[in-house]
Amino acid sequence: MHLFNELTNYQQPSEEGYYGQYGGAYIPEMLYSNVETLKHQYLQIMEDPAFKAEVAALLKDYVGRPTPLFYAERLSAEIGAKIYLKREDLCHTGAHKINNTIGQIILAQRLGKKKIIAETGAGQHGVATATVCALKGMECVVYMGEKDIERQAPNVARMKMLGAKVVPAVSGSKTLKDATNEAIRAWINEPDTTHYIIGSVVGPHPYPDMVARFQSVISAEMRTQLEAVTGSALPTHVVACVGGGSNAAGAFYHYLNEPTVELVAVEAAGHGVHSGMSAATTQLGSAGILHGSKSIVMQTKDGQVVEPHSISAGLDYPGIGPLHAFLYESKRGTFMSATDEDALKWAFHLSEIEGIIPALETAHAFAVLPEMNLKPTDIVIVCLSGRGDKDLATYMQAMDMKA
Amino acid sequence: MSRLTELFEQKNTRVLNVYCTAGYPQLNSTLEVMESLQKNGADIIELGMPYSDPLADGEVIQSSSLVALNNGMTIDTLFEQLATMRTTIHIPVVLMGYMNPILQYGFEDFCKKAKSVGVDGLILPDLPLYEFEQVYGATIKLNDLDFIFLVTPETPETRLRKLDSLSSGFLYAVSSSATTGTDKDFSKVAVYLKRLKSMQLKNPFLVGFGIKDKASFDAVNAFANGAIIGSAYIQALSKGKDVETTTKTFLQGVLSN
Ligand SMILES: Cc1ncc(COP(=O)(O)O)c(C=O)c1O
Repeated sequence: MHLFNELTNYQQPSEEGYYGQYGGAYIPEMLYSNVETLKHQYLQIMEDPAFKAEVAALLKDYVGRPTPLFYAERLSAEIGAKIYLKREDLCHTGAHKINNTIGQIILAQRLGKKKIIAETGAGQHGVATATVCALKGMECVVYMGEKDIERQAPNVARMKMLGAKVVPAVSGSKTLKDATNEAIRAWINEPDTTHYIIGSVVGPHPYPDMVARFQSVISAEMRTQLEAVTGSALPTHVVACVGGGSNAAGAFYHYLNEPTVELVAVEAAGHGVHSGMSAATTQLGSAGILHGSKSIVMQTKDGQVVEPHSISAGLDYPGIGPLHAFLYESKRGTFMSATDEDALKWAFHLSEIEGIIPALETAHAFAVLPEMNLKPTDIVIVCLSGRGDKDLATYMQAMDMKA
Repeated sequence: MSRLTELFEQKNTRVLNVYCTAGYPQLNSTLEVMESLQKNGADIIELGMPYSDPLADGEVIQSSSLVALNNGMTIDTLFEQLATMRTTIHIPVVLMGYMNPILQYGFEDFCKKAKSVGVDGLILPDLPLYEFEQVYGATIKLNDLDFIFLVTPETPETRLRKLDSLSSGFLYAVSSSATTGTDKDFSKVAVYLKRLKSMQLKNPFLVGFGIKDKASFDAVNAFANGAIIGSAYIQALSKGKDVETTTKTFLQGVLSN
């Protein structure tokens, strides 16, 4: 199926942050000192036993890890394969995003930073950042596209209640891309005291690798949990939705170098891949530079970044992390997509047959299951990246339309 | 000798580089703006190639870029507009822009074309030193274009010397870590500029980011070879009547004694 290259260590970018041709750090000189400090210190800090212990304790007692691996019986029967759900929706704050923010806030403390900035799309990363800032007593400013502020109102309220300042990004499409631009600009304006907690496996090196490592706890647990119930740590497939790609990177990480495990990344097709209203980056994009790294980018022939569309704010992004661009190009990953309509349908369907209301982002991952040609012997883990509380307004609208 | 080197041989103080966005305020006003800048006392023109996601730029240049893009400006169109510029423009012209549109155009073709229309140098804020040395620097040099690196108050000395050695034409001293168009306290900037001056760099240096009027221009000229004005001029253009009157009034204000 996939062209797996045994010689490639998919977990390890080069010294300069390259996965194949993708990655690097295309940043203005104003950010050089900050990014260079991170680049030299992140591995050292992350490998420090005291740091590891502090992160592990918080992940356990504060986030509630390990999250369960749940066998979805009715869904399995319907699809005709054994389907397990990795319940990241049960993390404190309701999504996988906090795995990364816990790690980065402690890292920021070690770097002596006093203030945290972040971008957010769906608001889950913003909430996860505001949460750890409250926990550690740090100032927190979250940049969020004006359009996303409207469609993810509950998360805006949560961030404010947690003491964060939410700044609307009013440029461009007023979504995640623009919030990221604003966060990077804010970082340029006060680099000494501030740490930027990027919410996905995007941005200049070392962010993609650092965020992937913090999220890798997802697949570390999957291995142990799956082995306990099936006798083998290896499923046949791991499926995850991809915005920037952090829950996917975390769910894939400890399987990247296992050739028998098919890694399925699901992008948001919006109104349809070729409708002109889509966020299916690998299908529509080409090599380019966005937010400080070389990757696959949705752009015009003149190299202007295109405004994407997805019903889910967290997938409404015209890029993808460099690791995923490499997985796509090397064919190590299988890239599929799901439309707004499919995602909505699956959000309701999963609620009805498993009693789990997923986030809109997450619903995309389920929507491809019927198209995967699965066999009864297949063992599939779907990364249930987040819960749907934040999307209730959208879900209620959909119900009104059906009623 | 490059036009930039020649300029600094003749004039090494109060050199004024003015930034304007190509295709702003109108698609076809690029040359008119350039001619007006030259006529009213600018020594260098820094022509910005509009990009959808200009990370190093503040609101003013972001919005002029958006207007220019909506006007239909592209790199192709820009080169068409510049094809005849050397019949009227004799001061140095530097292109400023972001890597992504240039990569789509083709980096080598871009450098060739820039050289052939008479562009003198490039400022690419998101082309870092590492990539310059590994990949792109050779193409820039091969096409005989000057390349101008940015340095900031936080740039360590060894790195600063390296950026200076790889730059030609001039060095772009960012007044403090910030995006364009941010107000500055120039008493703090002075310490940094004094240090830069004492380093006896290979290149002359121009100070940019936050220079907006006579006071700020004079302040940095105590140490630097000159300055770069961007956002303040774009703002004047956005409010002014016609390009010539606006440019004349603006530059007279900055350059008056
Ligand atoms: C629940 C959930 N899943 C997925 C995503 C997409 O991000 P990523 O691709 O980095 O996992 C988000 C982003 O906001 C999210 O909230």
